[in-house]
Amino acid sequence: MGTVKKKGLLGDLKENLIQKVFQTSGLLAIIVLLGIFALLLYNSIPAFREVSLKEFLTSTRWDPTSPERPGYGLLSMLASTVMVTIGALLIAFPVGVAVAAYLSDVASPRAREIIKPVVELLAAIPSVVVGFIGITLVGPLIARIFNLSHGLTALNGSLLLAVMALPTIISISEDSLNAVPVSFVEASLALGANRWQTLVRVKIPAAISGIIASLMLGMGRAIGETMTVLMATGNARAFPHGFLQSVRTLTATIAIELGEVPYYTTHYYALFAIGLVLFIMTFCVNLAADIILEKQKRNLQ
Amino acid sequence: MKQLRTKAKLSSWLVTISTVFVLVLLMLTSPAAAQRKMIQIKGSDTMVNLVQILAEEYMAKKPAAAIAVLGGGSGTGITAIINGTCDLANHSREWKQKELDLAYEKGVRPRIFAIAVDALSIVVNDRNPIESLTMAQVGSIFHGEIKNWKILGGTDQKISLYGRQSNSGTYSFLQEHVLNNKNYSQDVKEMNGNAQIIEAVSQDPAGIGYVGVGYLYDEKGEVRKGIKVLKIKKDEKAAEYSPLDKEAVYSAKYPISRPLYQCTNGKPSAAVADFIRFELSPEGQAIVEKEGFFKIGKELMELNEKNLR
Repeated sequence: MGTVKKKGLLGDLKENLIQKVFQTSGLLAIIVLLGIFALLLYNSIPAFREVSLKEFLTSTRWDPTSPERPGYGLLSMLASTVMVTIGALLIAFPVGVAVAAYLSDVASPRAREIIKPVVELLAAIPSVVVGFIGITLVGPLIARIFNLSHGLTALNGSLLLAVMALPTIISISEDSLNAVPVSFVEASLALGANRWQTLVRVKIPAAISGIIASLMLGMGRAIGETMTVLMATGNARAFPHGFLQSVRTLTATIAIELGEVPYYTTHYYALFAIGLVLFIMTFCVNLAADIILEKQKRNLQ
Repeated sequence: MKQLRTKAKLSSWLVTISTVFVLVLLMLTSPAAAQRKMIQIKGSDTMVNLVQILAEEYMAKKPAAAIAVLGGGSGTGITAIINGTCDLANHSREWKQKELDLAYEKGVRPRIFAIAVDALSIVVNDRNPIESLTMAQVGSIFHGEIKNWKILGGTDQKISLYGRQSNSGTYSFLQEHVLNNKNYSQDVKEMNGNAQIIEAVSQDPAGIGYVGVGYLYDEKGEVRKGIKVLKIKKDEKAAEYSPLDKEAVYSAKYPISRPLYQCTNGKPSAAVADFIRFELSPEGQAIVEKEGFFKIGKELMELNEKNLR
């Protein structure tokens, strides 16, 4: 009797402990997130002692080491980031959804077995390798096609980021297409619709929020990507007027300048302010994606 | 409930303590502690190959010596000396007043040695018909006033600018001495080092870039394929000179040359001083010339001697 009780107590303790460990790790993730936000905010604020918020958000001139007059305008880089990202999604989204539909509805199990791991493998290519391909292969190709003198352009970055966003878009779109209840499909087929009509008019509309979430998550990936755009887009600070121009994104600016900036100067703090802007952008995009995904789950249930 | 809360507290303490423990462990095993005798050199990208080769030759002669050379840019090297994270900094520009103030504030007393002379070279693609430019024209091109090669007598093509990032000494030097402290054009594509500029210009028929003279040559000591090194005129009336012309650089007729420096914090330690002496010796200076750079003159050498003592 006594031994059984003791064992029970020990078991309780063990279970409690394990529960605590998991709870702490969960909390840790939140603490880290809040910590990063606080750190960014804390290090950004001093920048605005010398730089007006208006200049930071509306000026297109970023030149912190200028001997004439330092410029701390974010707008060119923000526009570059948005442009490269949208370009990437314009390419990746249609392709990604098509591949997802193919995988979930058309492909034979054997084809699926081969294509799925290949798509997932695409996500495993290090970004520096993608960037290298951009410099040596995609860039020169762009230069030749558009008759430019060089290919280090926004388009180059968009193409590469499209490849990097594809795995996210494909796998989440496919998951949400698969999550559409079989009864929907059966009802549609029973009413005389063919497979194409079922896919386009029933399955995709039913899974649309998941597909949109995949777009958002792909966007989050593209906004935050650094190495590839740093290598492939030429890094000119001018405001972008088209896809065939060199651009410098927010991430590339931080990567280029943070390594050597003298600590605790306005320039240093301004780089953190850029980081804060990036953080807020990716946070909003990911949050929106999460909300949409959650909504879909509830709708389909 | 109360018990639960104490447990939660306990586990959070455990997390804190283990984190601190791991951090301390990391600090103890950091390379700085493990390899105290290693001379750490950091800074200018223009100088990194040269100093690497000097270090290799030196280590071949003195097997006990260990030297690690890193690039990153002159600004990075100077910041590293100020922050005490390297023994010797390479820099291809002079210290800025701001940096000197910061150094003195932190008790750092920089001692500067000139180890070589560089002729800053302007390169274009080898298909470009332009052969020479004046200093003012180079300045206007990088300032963004001259936007088309046609204005300079070349083909009707938009000039494609390649430059370095703001931590580069070459970037600062050109801005100060050729752009006369005017801003760089916003269209300059910022490359990550001299080698990338050479690579980009050799592929871009409308490209122009600036690099240290040592980067013009390949392993065999010949000028790299795909680029053309422009001759530079001090002004309209002056004669043009190429940075490939040793005579012109030594006689200061080539207008954009500059010393390449190293600096220490205070009097260099015996090991570092010995390495600097090697660099300044006839043997070291021969390596400097072999790498495409130029030997330092008498005046700078005297200054070096003074700083070594």
